[in-house]
Amino acid sequence: MTSDIGEPVPGAEAQQPQRPRRRRGGRGEISMVPEMTPTSYYGRAVLKQPVWTPEIGVYFFVGGLTGASTLLAAAARSEGNDALADRALFTALAGVTVSPLLLIKDLGRPERFYNMLRVFKVTSPMSLGTWLLNGAGVSTGVAAGCRVLGILPRIQRLAELSAALLGPGVSTYTAVLVSNTAVPVWHEARYELPFVFAGSSLASAGAMGILLTPPRHAATARTLAVAGVVGELVATQVMERRLGDAGEPYHSGRPARFARLARGLNAGGAAAVALGGRRRRALSALGAAAILAGSMCERWAVFTAGPESAADPRFTVGPQRERLREQRRRTHALD
Amino acid sequence: MSTTPTIVSHEVDIRSHDADGTPRHMGFFTDTSICIGCKACEVACKEWNMVPEDGLVFSGDSYDNTGAVGCNSWRHVAFIEQTKPVRMADPQGGGDLRWLMASDVCKHCSNAACLDVCPTGALTRTEFGTVVVQSDVCNGCGYCVPACPFGVLDRREEDGRVWKCTLCYDRLKDDMEPACAQACPTKSIQYGRIDDLLRIAAERVETLQARGETQARLYGADRDDGVGGMNAFFLLLDDPEVYGLPPDPVVTTRDLRRSYGAAALAALGMFATVAGAAVRGRRR
Repeated sequence: MTSDIGEPVPGAEAQQPQRPRRRRGGRGEISMVPEMTPTSYYGRAVLKQPVWTPEIGVYFFVGGLTGASTLLAAAARSEGNDALADRALFTALAGVTVSPLLLIKDLGRPERFYNMLRVFKVTSPMSLGTWLLNGAGVSTGVAAGCRVLGILPRIQRLAELSAALLGPGVSTYTAVLVSNTAVPVWHEARYELPFVFAGSSLASAGAMGILLTPPRHAATARTLAVAGVVGELVATQVMERRLGDAGEPYHSGRPARFARLARGLNAGGAAAVALGGRRRRALSALGAAAILAGSMCERWAVFTAGPESAADPRFTVGPQRERLREQRRRTHALD
Repeated sequence: MSTTPTIVSHEVDIRSHDADGTPRHMGFFTDTSICIGCKACEVACKEWNMVPEDGLVFSGDSYDNTGAVGCNSWRHVAFIEQTKPVRMADPQGGGDLRWLMASDVCKHCSNAACLDVCPTGALTRTEFGTVVVQSDVCNGCGYCVPACPFGVLDRREEDGRVWKCTLCYDRLKDDMEPACAQACPTKSIQYGRIDDLLRIAAERVETLQARGETQARLYGADRDDGVGGMNAFFLLLDDPEVYGLPPDPVVTTRDLRRSYGAAALAALGMFATVAGAAVRGRRR
């Protein structure tokens, strides 16, 4: 009900979920119109909540780590740092091995996973991602195989480069995937989420490199971890600013706890890595572990924000109503 | 269009094929102004399509114990009680309570998000312009569930696959009308060729407006809306959100090109950052 009718509507407004509305970015101006609570049908969700299992939230992290590790492997190899390159390569190998398992486990009919491999469809980021992951997986497997056996160095090099070419796609397609839904907190962040995931992926790959590599070979990993965290923190801020009221799940409830935790772990971890450097190995390692945990928390915050956003009709109806009002204003202005 | 009290002013052609066998675009026009809330559509749909039970609970929300369209309810009758004078011409002058009833269903969007995002091709567009899940292909990835701007699709827990209204694809193939439309005793659910239905709907809304029901409006009839028009569209007597429908639904893939653009930019940023880190690492 638009409240211009002014009458209470039993069964509609009476059932509104009463949650405190946050106002951010307000400069203390006093609104002349009462804030309208969007109408709903008995407070029921307009959208269905995503049915994805926790495996998908974990995959956001693992896939991100995998993609960025392929990049790190290729970069370290080209700077002649085999110690770091090998560790990044085997991190990626572990990632491309675990990822399909996580993805298949989430399916309602896991035995039919191969139906994804019968289709290539650019309108479905999930389809595109399947092929990116496949390509990166095969390339990483070939590169790691050659490296272990010490054969075909040129093929190994080529495979590493091809994995690195696909890696950033593996890291960021999941952001496009979730933002390509009707879920407001994901869809409205469609231009920022890929950057959040990119930063988070780089941070985790760098952190893993720090943990696995002797400090004197880990300079690139340390730089990457810190740069990744900075990117992630900035992108997250921009995203939350863009979302405004639609970003409420990141400010209250369960996703908010993980978002806060991610911020703390990432910022603290990056500071520890920067301070620890090559000399204070324990401090660097502690920082790296914090960054890994922070990266996971950030993905978990994004993953859990979706269902919260879909469950509350305010987030769906409010912005759409506002859009219509804006359109009407514009048409009237033209008249 | 005169203001004769006839409710159904046209006989609609329910044959889904032309004489030469060419399939036509078929759909529903659900005129909620004549829905009596009998739920015959819900029952007929369940019976014909063998849709499982959807929980036997008392919601306390008027006469609605179904709640919403979902994997196990492909038609859903909404009941809204309003303290609003009934404005329709009424010899008694109308009461102070208005009762809205509306049978919701999959919209079979012209630009269907579920269809776009399905990574297996299980969701397809039929020769009748409707959208159907092929249950022998669906692997239950669940992408269509949050993609649908109406919250129509859902995954059956015990089954693992996604289910929704097929607009009785099996019946359409034999030139029969869908079960819900056939069962509807007031012709609130009208089934037919999209062009016919759009014409009838436009006339009906005009009639209601002329009778003073100024809130009467069509929902999903505009072929230029965010989903390219719905093949199942509605006549509503209040804002869509009152019925639990999104007021301005948009197919999410409309913005996909630019999302990919953002991801490509982020990927470039990743290349640059790693290259920068490597250069810095070499200098050490």
